Order: sequence, then structure tokens, then C-alpha cells
Amino acid sequence: MTETKRKTPLIDELEKGPWPSFVKEMKKEAHKPITRDAISQLERSYEEHISHWKHGGLVGVMGYGGGVIGRYSDLAAEFPGVAEFHTFRVNQPSAWFYTSDALRTLCDIWDKHGSGITNMHGSTGDIVFLGGTTEAIEPIFADLTANGWDLGGSGSNMRTPSCCVGPARCEWACYDTLNACYNITQSFQDELHRPFFPYKYKFKFAGCPNDCVASIARSDCSVIGTWKDDIQVNNAKVKDYEKQGLDLNADVCDRCPTRCMSWDGKTLAIDNSNCVKCMHCINMMPKALKPGKERGATILIGSKAPIVGGALLSSVFVPFLEMDPESEYSDLKELTEAIWELWGEHGKSRERVGEFIQRVGLSNFLEEIGLEPVPEMVMHPRTNPYIFFDDEIFEKAE
Amino acid sequence: MAEVTIQQLADAMYDLVKSTHGKKNLKPMDVTKAMIDQFGEDSVDKALCKKALRELIDTGRCIYKYAGGSFVTLPEN
Repeated sequence: MTETKRKTPLIDELEKGPWPSFVKEMKKEAHKPITRDAISQLERSYEEHISHWKHGGLVGVMGYGGGVIGRYSDLAAEFPGVAEFHTFRVNQPSAWFYTSDALRTLCDIWDKHGSGITNMHGSTGDIVFLGGTTEAIEPIFADLTANGWDLGGSGSNMRTPSCCVGPARCEWACYDTLNACYNITQSFQDELHRPFFPYKYKFKFAGCPNDCVASIARSDCSVIGTWKDDIQVNNAKVKDYEKQGLDLNADVCDRCPTRCMSWDGKTLAIDNSNCVKCMHCINMMPKALKPGKERGATILIGSKAPIVGGALLSSVFVPFLEMDPESEYSDLKELTEAIWELWGEHGKSRERVGEFIQRVGLSNFLEEIGLEPVPEMVMHPRTNPYIFFDDEIFEKAE
Repeated sequence: MAEVTIQQLADAMYDLVKSTHGKKNLKPMDVTKAMIDQFGEDSVDKALCKKALRELIDTGRCIYKYAGGSFVTLPEN
């Protein structure tokens, strides 16, 4: 291992312990001045409890408004190797499936032009290259595109959509998340590369309500697989679980949030009309229970992590949407374009769509995008007695 | 709709960005709204503005910058 420029006792602490260490990995690349200075500056930040990175600016590739995030050191004189230390977001393949050859290609490109430090993957899902100069931006982009890769999203645009492994590896997938993610990415290339929104807009595709990509907490548009009909039950296999020691009543039936199931020792009875698709019973007995056969997705809108304002979870907009790849997801695209049209015109700068809905009110928002309110949009029955019905409702009642 | 070409619109956008350079950050939607005000709703719509903005960026006359949000601005040189 190459010696770093200065002693780094504070970040060296992060090399201790039986887990992977980013410090250890960075030091392997410390033969490059850019990486060596990144390590030294990090130590300095740990000493002073302050970041020395400046963020933003004018960097990017010709024609794109996203994909490269400007990063500069405010200690450039002391650490010239990281005077420019830009981040590159590369659009990942659906569900992060790579061939080893693809990974070698990416690493070769990054070793040739940048620091060699990667983050696999960023929280939105992109492949992240950390630490490149302004001069290297266009050559990196040229090499990436020549090998079939493209930059991902950043800034006030649609961010790189991501999805769970879906039917590629999971029997619970209620639709083809990989296909949907790829289709939406290709269909909205303009929105991915050219900022036109008040702020970022994220898609995440989860194949079932387990929501392995945490879409309900981390995407403006969560597409979560679900089913309409009954849970598929194999009572013989349920019995096997009981024989193996599973307490059906205590561990499954009593933990059902709506108490919609019961077990009499022979038959697992499920009141499917009251099932809220929490997946607990299916997770507990994967060999005995499966999601129903009439599958699709629920579309939820409005979640975000706490950056500008507080965190929000997504709310149901479309309780059930068929996700047939043959349809090219036209309903989802139509809904998305209606939302973008309204939010794009009236959203404040750095206002996420969930915050916009809170500001204008859900009923106004629904009316403007042309979506009928449905009971599934209500989280729980209203407890406020001061409800004012429109006159026509009273007239109809009469 | 009266004929306004993409090039005319791109030129008007460029003039706007140039006139506000260093004074005000313009979001793409700000530029679009200004163009609709300038030429009128009957002559210009959002789709046409998107095409004109694309022309402006692709030719390098303007670029995007990030400063908390994304804005349209002039290149450094």
C-alpha cells in the first residue's frame, strides 16, 4: 500500500473492525494524487468537523443538464489533487445486473480518466464515479457512450429510475419491474437529461408490497406490485410449517394487521376482502402462500427523504393498474405527464411533488390532473366531525 | 397559431438569458413562461419552448448550471 501524503489517525480508525472499510479501499488507490489528496482532505475534515467540498456549478457534458455533479475543494492550494473532484452518475442497468465484462469496462474507463473510486451504487441507484476533473468530463462521456452506457440524472430533472430484481429472481414479483424501469427510462430520456422541473422527480419500481427498493419512502412515484384476487394457499404446506414448529396463530394470524385470517389446524381461512397486502403471512410461509394471480401495481405519489423539508411517504393515487409490458405502460406515462405539467408550471423552486400536493391540497391536485378520488386514497376514516358536503350531495340524497 | 420558428424562439431565449446574466437565475420554466408572455399563447406553447431550449443547449449557446436547482445560463467563456 502506498503511503498517503500525511498521517491520517482519525480516518485510520475506520479501517478497524471485521467489516469492509472505504478508507482501506481508498488507500489502495493512493498512488494517484487525486485519491491521495482526497484521503488527506478527509482527515482534515474529521479534525475540523467540517466539509471542505463545494458543490454545484457549471460542469456537464454538451447537451445534458445532469449526470455530472460539480465538486470542488475549498482547500485547493493545500490539496491540489482534489481542486476538481466531480461526481459522475452513470445510468445503472435495471435491477443492477451486470456481466463481469461490463464491470471491467466501467472500471477501465474510470481508471483511465478518474480517481478509480466508485460507489456501487448511489442512493438513487446510479453507478457513481467519484473524483474526476473538468477536463476529463467529455472524454469519460465519450468512452461511456461508445461502450453502451449513458449518464444518469441529477439536478431538477427526472432521476435515474431504479427497480428491484423482480421476476428475474423473485417469485413474488407482481409485474416485470425490470421491463417497466427500462421502458420508463427510455421513454423519458429528455426529462432524464434536461432539467425542466422545479426539483428532482424519482421513480422506483418494486415488484411486491415488500418494497425492497423502499420506493414508498424514497421516490416521488412509487410503483408497487400488488394483486386483486385471493392469496394462493396450499393448506398441506401450511400444515408442514406447523409441524416444523411455526405457531400459526401467534406468529401469523395474530400478526395480521387486519386480523383477516384464521387457522383451525387444517385450513387457513383468509377474508381476502380485508387483506391489506402487508405480505407478513406470505413472508412467514413462502412455500405455502403466494400472491394472487391477478397481478398489477399500485401507483403512489409524493415521498421524499428529508433534504429541504421533512420526510414524506407516498400516498395511493391509483389502487390497481395492470402492468402489461405490451401496453408500454401508457396509463402510468399519461398520469406522470399530467403530474409534471401541473407541478412543472406551479411548483416552487426546490419543491418536491409531495410538498406541492400538501401546499395545494390533494383534492385540488387530483382535480387538476383529472384523477377521480377513490376510497383507497384515504389513509384512515376521518375523525374530524366538521365535514362540509357540497350542496349537490344533499340534493341527491333528497 | 402564428408562425414562430424554433430558431426565432431560441434567439429570444438567448437574449433573455443574456439580459439577466449575473442578475437573476432563470429556471427552464421561467424562460418558457417568459417566451409565452412575449409571443403569446396562440403562437408559442411549452412543447415548442422545449424544442427551442434544446436547440439553445445543444448548440452550446447556453448551458445548464446547478445552484440548488437547475438553471439556464451562459457558458463561462
